[in-house]
Amino acid sequence: MARAVTTQRKAINTTLAWAIGLLIFFPILWTILTSFKTEAQAIANPPIFIGFDWTLENYSIVQERSNYMRFLWNSVIIAGGSTILGIIIAVPAAWSMAFVPSKRTKDILLWMLSTKMLPAVGVLYPIYLLFIQLGLLDSRIGLVIVMMLINLPIIVWMLYTYFREIPGEILEAARMDGASLREELLYVLTPMAIPGIASTILLNFILAWNEAFWTLNLTAVDAAPLTAFIASYSSPEGLFFAKLSAASTMAIAPILILGWFSQKQLVRGLTFGAVK
Amino acid sequence: MATQHSRSAARLMMAPAVVLLLGWMLVPLTMTLYFSFKNYLPLRGGDLGWAGFDNYVRFVSSSAFWPAVQTTLVIVGGVLLITVVLGILLAMLLDQPMWGQGVVRILVIAPFFVMPTVSALVWKNMFMDPVNGLFAHLWRFFGAEPVSWLSDASLSSIIMIVSWQWLPFATLILLTAIQSLDSEQLEAAEMDGAPALARFTNIILPHLGRAITIVILIQTIFLLSIFAEIFVTTGGAFGTRTLTYLIFQRVLESQNVGLGSAGGVYAIILANIVAIFLMRIVGKNLDA
Repeated sequence: MARAVTTQRKAINTTLAWAIGLLIFFPILWTILTSFKTEAQAIANPPIFIGFDWTLENYSIVQERSNYMRFLWNSVIIAGGSTILGIIIAVPAAWSMAFVPSKRTKDILLWMLSTKMLPAVGVLYPIYLLFIQLGLLDSRIGLVIVMMLINLPIIVWMLYTYFREIPGEILEAARMDGASLREELLYVLTPMAIPGIASTILLNFILAWNEAFWTLNLTAVDAAPLTAFIASYSSPEGLFFAKLSAASTMAIAPILILGWFSQKQLVRGLTFGAVK
Repeated sequence: MATQHSRSAARLMMAPAVVLLLGWMLVPLTMTLYFSFKNYLPLRGGDLGWAGFDNYVRFVSSSAFWPAVQTTLVIVGGVLLITVVLGILLAMLLDQPMWGQGVVRILVIAPFFVMPTVSALVWKNMFMDPVNGLFAHLWRFFGAEPVSWLSDASLSSIIMIVSWQWLPFATLILLTAIQSLDSEQLEAAEMDGAPALARFTNIILPHLGRAITIVILIQTIFLLSIFAEIFVTTGGAFGTRTLTYLIFQRVLESQNVGLGSAGGVYAIILANIVAIFLMRIVGKNLDA
C-alpha cells in the first residue's frame, strides 16, 4: 500500500523545501543579479532586487580591462586537456581491472585512491621546484599534467565502477564468436560504456575547472585560469561589486549548467562507489 | 575465462596509470622527506647541510604551530557538524513528496559547483563587507552596528563560507542513502504508532550510519586542505591560519623549505590516519 499523502502535508513540504532551497541558492542568485547593476546600485541600501536599470556594461568592462577570454581559454584547456588525457590513460586500466581482475586488483585500486589523499601542501615545494627546473611554471601543459594526475584516481575509480556493471557474459559471447580484443573493445564494450565514460568526463571537468590550490600556486600570468583570475579581485580598488559579480557569473555559469547534468554521477564519483 | 594472453594484455593496459601515479606519489614524497632533513633556504644561502630532526622539532615548537592546529580542528569540526546535521535534516525534507522536487534539488546542490575563489570572494564582499555588504545593510535595518565579519568573527565566517560549499555534498549523499531505505519498514513503524522521533532514531539514523561515516571521512580529507577560501579572504590573518596555510607560508612565502617540508610530512601523516578509515570502508564495499 502506498503511503497516502494529504495535499496539505505536501503543500507544507513544498513551501519549506522551496524556502530553504532559495535561501541556499540566494548568494548565487544575488551575484547574477548584481552583475547587471551599476556599481552604485550594487551597494545601494536598501538593496535593490529586481527594479534596477539592467545593464551589460560590467561584462564588457571585465572583458576589456582584463582580457577575460584568455583566462577562460586557459580554464578550458586545463580542465578539458587534463580530463581527455586522464580518460585516455584510465580507460585501459579500468577495463583490465574490471574484466581481467587478479588477486592484486583490489590492492591496486585502493592504492590509487590513497594517492588522492596525499595533501597537496605536503608536496607543494617539490612540485614547484620540478616545475621551475623543467620550465613548466606558469605553463598550461604543466597544469594539464598536474590536474590529470590529481584526478586520475577518481577517473579510474568511476570508470571501474561503471565497467563492472557491464555483464562479463556479453564479452565472453563476443569472444566465442571470434571477436579480437580490438573488436571486443570497439564494438561491444565501447557502446555500453559510453554513458559511464561521459559521466566521468563531466565530473572531472567540473573538478578540474574548480581546482584552486595548484592553479593558484603554479600560475602567474600566462597560464592563469579563471580561479586565479577571480582571486585577483581579492585586493580591489574602488567600487567593484558589480564587476566582481560579472566576472564570477561568467566563471561559474558553464559549470552550473554542466553540474545540473552530473548530479547523479556526483555521488558515485566522490564517494568512490561506496554510496550509489 | 581470462587467458594467459589477456592477462598480460591487462597488465600492459594498467601500466601507464600505475607508473604515472607511482611517480606522482614517490618523486615528490621522497623530495619532501629529503628537504625535511635539510637546512634549505633557497633565498638565504640555499642548502646549508643536514639538519637531522631539527625541522620536525622546530615546526611543532614554533609559536604558530598549536594555534594552527586549533584553527584547523575548529574549522574542520565546525564545518562537519553543520553540514552533517543540516544535511540529514535537508535530505529527509527533500525525500518527502512535494511539487518541484527536481528544481529544489538543483537549488540546494548549486553551491557545490561554484569555484572556491568565487564563493569566498562573493561572501567576503557582497555579504560580509562591513560597509556595503548585505549583512551590514540588514544589521543597520534592525538598528544594530554592522559586524566586521572576517576580522572580528573570522573563524565563524570561514566556517560559514565553507559549510555553504559543502552542505550540498553532504545532503546529496545522505539523500541518496535515504532513498535506498525500505519505505515499507517506515510505514509499518508508523502504523504501529511509533512517534516521528522514534522512527528517526531507530530506523533512519542507523540506516544512514555508513553514509554519514563516508561523508565525514571524505569531507575531513578535503577540509584539512582547504586553501583558496583562506587565501582570498583573510590571507591567514585574524586567527585563520590553518596547518595547511602555515605550511604554505613556510614554503612559498618565507621560503624556509626545510621547515615547511617537515610540516608537510606531519600533514601527510595526519591525512593518512583519516584515509586509513575511509579505505577500510571503501575496501569492504569492493568485496560486496
